[in-house]
Amino acid sequence: MRRLILILAIMLAPLTSSAIAQVNEVRIGYLRTPPPREALSLIDLPAENDGLAGAELAVADNNTTGRFLKQAFLIEETRLADGEDPSQAVTAMADRGISFVIADLDPDLLLKTAAAAQGRGILLFNVGAADDRLREEDCRANVIHVAPTRSMLADALAQYLVFKKWRKWFLVVGSHPKDVLYGDALRRAAKRFGAQIVEERIFEDTGGARQTDSGVAQVQRKIAVFTQSVPAYDVLVAADESEVFAAYMPFRTWDARPVAGSAGLVPTSWHASHNQWAALQMQSRFQKRFSRFMTARDIQAWSAVRMVGESATRTASTDPQTITRYLKSPDFSLAAFKGQKLTLRDWNLQLRQPILLADGRMVVSVSPQEGFLHQVSELDTLGFDRPETKCKLK
Amino acid sequence: MQLRTVALGAALSTAFACEAGAYTAYVSNEGANTVSVIDMANFSVIATIKVGQRPRGIELTKDGKHLLVAVGDDDTVEIVDTATREIVGTLPSGPDPELFTQDPEGKLLYIANEDDNLVTVVDIAKRAPVAEVQVGVEPEGMGMSPDGKILVNTSETTNMAHFIDTQTHEIVANVLVDSRPRFAEFKKDGSELWVSAEIGGTVSVIDPVKREVTKKITFEIPGLRAESIQPVGVRITKDGSKGFIALGPANRVAVVNGTTHAVEDYLLVGQRVWQLAFTPDEKYLLTTNGVSNDVSVVDVAAGKVIKTIQVGELPWGVAVSND
Repeated sequence: MRRLILILAIMLAPLTSSAIAQVNEVRIGYLRTPPPREALSLIDLPAENDGLAGAELAVADNNTTGRFLKQAFLIEETRLADGEDPSQAVTAMADRGISFVIADLDPDLLLKTAAAAQGRGILLFNVGAADDRLREEDCRANVIHVAPTRSMLADALAQYLVFKKWRKWFLVVGSHPKDVLYGDALRRAAKRFGAQIVEERIFEDTGGARQTDSGVAQVQRKIAVFTQSVPAYDVLVAADESEVFAAYMPFRTWDARPVAGSAGLVPTSWHASHNQWAALQMQSRFQKRFSRFMTARDIQAWSAVRMVGESATRTASTDPQTITRYLKSPDFSLAAFKGQKLTLRDWNLQLRQPILLADGRMVVSVSPQEGFLHQVSELDTLGFDRPETKCKLK
Repeated sequence: MQLRTVALGAALSTAFACEAGAYTAYVSNEGANTVSVIDMANFSVIATIKVGQRPRGIELTKDGKHLLVAVGDDDTVEIVDTATREIVGTLPSGPDPELFTQDPEGKLLYIANEDDNLVTVVDIAKRAPVAEVQVGVEPEGMGMSPDGKILVNTSETTNMAHFIDTQTHEIVANVLVDSRPRFAEFKKDGSELWVSAEIGGTVSVIDPVKREVTKKITFEIPGLRAESIQPVGVRITKDGSKGFIALGPANRVAVVNGTTHAVEDYLLVGQRVWQLAFTPDEKYLLTTNGVSNDVSVVDVAAGKVIKTIQVGELPWGVAVSND
């Protein structure tokens, strides 16, 4: 079962009908599965159009620029049902003239999509999966990664904690595979930047509902007990992508300690309070249009669609091959409200980017932190670097 | 010891008073919601004017009687009487005004509205809008050709310099430049247009007749990462011989040869330098240093920073009076 939504190619108002004939079109696909509906805090429940809204805004931005170059952009959403093989969807998109697909998929589904897309000359933009393996042993030449990796997020957090001299960590890892992967990234980050994990515990997901009446009283006791008898530590670092326990940690630990990772101070590609480097304009543009705050998934999708737009502008072309060639060339860069240009790591097609550290209400800091140096780009102090890569693009 | 300092100070200020005349500089402090008034005779802040929220773009009217300040978060441009230093009115700027420029006669104000992809044209005397022009995403830089016929607006996410005919208010050309174009400045003889690109790290030199980029000025500072070199404010001397370019977080102003476009020097100023203004005699150049909350005074002939003046929080723009 697949639902298809066609998002209109707005704008074009100032163009006459004869001019429309000359406009060259870039069709972009948006492929996703139903968004997860699980979060401990009600305010973290993703909106129905989480990610897609960012892509729509970027299409509008591309079209404002496209007006001057007779280029038009449009986006079509395809939604996969649970367990549906993506091959058919890829074929259908290719048949409709789509050459670029924004993919918000889990890693296995993304790899299946990439395999199907390869035969049809489709370039994918991963905006949803943080898995390092997609940029390492499972990297693909037709997948550009806009979402930061777990290792980039963990390194960004570690640099700040080390800057604060909060070097002794109490690491709590969830029991689901993705929590374990985030735990691995945090352990690696600790080692790289000189933090010490003084205690590590696993928080088992024993099931049950996330939202209950009278749950608060129980949680208060449960977390205090869970965090008892830990050797002296500076900060509790939680790896809980599954939304099982991390949000319960702040203010409930046995010792009075700050929390970071999946709750407390969270590394992320975007936050609704980010206002530096002209991000304020982006936030108000987004809120005006969608009447909600902009999320990390939204900026990732926005950036992906803007990458296509930027390359179409720079090459004055809507030819998919020309756009792709420029995107992967050293000339490519993107301005995305992070204070410096974002570029692609040519060895694995990961977008280099500063990472925000947000406490839920405010952006506390932006990594890389001052003093973490690199011979090529300080952004490469975040995540796996060229000498460590296992990626062989094919 | 103390006596000597005072005497020296007095001697210096007399010397400057003779040289610089009684110019007054106005600095918009984005974080403080104020405008600092600087007496250029002795480089001291003599008054602080409270204005609306988030003051950025700042210019004097051509008759010098009024100071115009874009207060973005109040969605207006405030008019300050330069004699009384009081706000005497506002201009209907459209939402979130940031930078603006005037026509050569000083009758019309052209304002960039960042949030709405618009340039609003306002009749200054009537305090009424007369036109709106649809431009690219996040319009910012505004430059007027010396003959007043062409207005150039730069859009930060579209990355273009839009050439707008001031008679018809139609866009007549779009020139692609590097990422996040922030500022557009014509040479006084109209022969060149310089457009800075903050994220691209370059200044494009554009031929205003052919409307194409003829050269790109690039910057290299030993010991500094390329990403920290972010050109914003641009000013060119009246004779076109020298250009000055504020390099943002590189904390330097580049001195560029106006003929060869070669960078001749980098002057170390305060932190995160954004906007620039000459005194009318072009003896001095003022720079707004946002992060260090100060203004650097550059001796243009000597090519040296001679003074730092503490102003309000996050200084953004600067304008200097004609007398």
